[in-house]
Amino acid sequence: MTANNASDLPVVSDRLAKNAMRNVSERLIEMLLFAAAAVSVLTTIGIVYVLVSESIHFFQNVSIVDFLTDTQWTPLFDDAHFGIMVLVSGTLVSSFVALAVAIPMGTIIAIYLSEFANGKVREVAKPILELLGGIPTIVFGYFALLMVTPLLQKIFPELPGFSLLSAGLVMGIMIVPYIASLSEDAMRSVPMSLREGSYAMGSTRLHTAIHVVVPAAFSGLAASYILAISRAVGETMILAVAAGMQPNLTWNPMEPAATITSYIVQVALGDLPHGSIGYQTIFAAGLTLILITLAFNILGQWLRRKFRENY
Amino acid sequence: MQHAALTTEEIRALIAKGKMKDTIFKAVGLLCLAIGLLVIFLLVSDMVIRGSERLNLAFFTEFASRRAGQAGILSAWVGSLLVMTVTAFAAVPLGVAAGVYLEEYAKRNWITEIIEINITNLAAVPSIVYGLLSLGIFVYAFGFGQSILTAGLTLALLILPIVIVSTREAIRAIPAMIREGSMAVGATRWQTCRYHIIPYAMPGILTGVIIGLARAIGETAPIITIGALTFIAFLPPVPFTEVSPGVSAGLFDWLMSPFTVMPIQIFNWTSRPDPAFEVNAAAAGFVLMIMVLSMNAVAIWLRYKMRKNIKW
Repeated sequence: MTANNASDLPVVSDRLAKNAMRNVSERLIEMLLFAAAAVSVLTTIGIVYVLVSESIHFFQNVSIVDFLTDTQWTPLFDDAHFGIMVLVSGTLVSSFVALAVAIPMGTIIAIYLSEFANGKVREVAKPILELLGGIPTIVFGYFALLMVTPLLQKIFPELPGFSLLSAGLVMGIMIVPYIASLSEDAMRSVPMSLREGSYAMGSTRLHTAIHVVVPAAFSGLAASYILAISRAVGETMILAVAAGMQPNLTWNPMEPAATITSYIVQVALGDLPHGSIGYQTIFAAGLTLILITLAFNILGQWLRRKFRENY
Repeated sequence: MQHAALTTEEIRALIAKGKMKDTIFKAVGLLCLAIGLLVIFLLVSDMVIRGSERLNLAFFTEFASRRAGQAGILSAWVGSLLVMTVTAFAAVPLGVAAGVYLEEYAKRNWITEIIEINITNLAAVPSIVYGLLSLGIFVYAFGFGQSILTAGLTLALLILPIVIVSTREAIRAIPAMIREGSMAVGATRWQTCRYHIIPYAMPGILTGVIIGLARAIGETAPIITIGALTFIAFLPPVPFTEVSPGVSAGLFDWLMSPFTVMPIQIFNWTSRPDPAFEVNAAAAGFVLMIMVLSMNAVAIWLRYKMRKNIKW
């Protein structure tokens, strides 16, 4: 029945009118659910607030120039130095070693699984990778200190008991599953038509994989590499256990050193009064860490957008 | 044309070289996978061999001690269990509610964009930063102190992105006809969610929660940062028992108690120069691995069962 004017519209029955309360409770529930979703925003705001406010206190006592250029990190000594480059060098060297292992190995595994492997191999490989990715990092730290370091010492007798090399290698193994699974997803989403065209021209599987599939999947590969870098830079326990916690400005992986993350752990293990300069250093270090991770993430976003292919 | 046409032998040689490169690469690929498998094997066998002498019932019922032979993981595994309970109670309602909101209620406006960007970013934040966040906010600003409650909330925030993403994936897998059928008989949005969407998404949500908890149980850095102790020789007070003459523990006193967790106990033992503690570290590491593996196995089994029961 068509309504020609308002009086033709059906009247809301009494029964439905009583359910007007429903609207109120529906709205309330929607607001509660929204609040839950907003917790993620609150968390980010909380992280930024905590890091920035404590760092502001810190930089009232230490100049930024000193922070960035001093070559010693001895915040708890009487003659305190606050050169963050000491910790950053440890972070960068260990991450570099880890990525030098993880990126080639992960990419090769991804290419193998997506282009070469048959179903049975894939069924065995996927659980292995998931298992590797599920091992707690403290167990990897144990592995690095008590198995990898003695092994490396047989090859390099002058290697000290704590070293960035040993920790970096194990960190690399830990990161391989991330790179392998994300890269493989990226490669599998490349349409078959590209591969078929390449095969039709007479190229081999390896040639197709390297010259057609990998460039086509590059934005996904770049995303996985950036995630791996973030993981490597933020990793704590493997380095805390196996690289020693001695701040040491070095670019040589065969030495022990502290990273930003292992320094924070070292401080947290001790006793620091709330508000002391030592307490504030961990937040300044954390801020540096977040800025480094942010820089890599922005680089990653730019890379993805630049190389994004639309099929 | 610059080249003369290739002879048949030359073509055959080119094809053979190409195929050899393929075979070499396949070998290299398998080798890389084998390295991964080797690492797992070496790790597990080392922990079993080195730690087997300490893996008896006393290990699970003894506190940590200065003497390696008597040190056990009682306070560690109890602490882990309690912290995981708090984490689950905090992360599941928050994560499921957030996932339901984003999938069922959210409009495509800038607020939703910001929330989604935040969730993606938080998944990439290093775990130690969560420790710093909790140190500043939960330990000092809220005054919860260095307690099980703080640890549970920290880990809940850490695994929140995992729970939210699995909730969303689980809800997306539900076909529209369920929603539409429910709306067609007059249910409100919340009634649809509560009686249809959430129950059908539950297996997927549970899988995600278990995977998140398996990750959380192995996290060390944030828990050290908020101040879990590395040497602890007592258990959190059991509710309604006597803690000192005439004083009995309240129902929630255990929440505010100092504590330790499994990964921290392993860290403490691994860091000691005394080789006798390596045995303990190996045994505890093995126990932790078993915990993590069984949680992952339960999650995989749940996912498998869920796929079997789907009737749409």
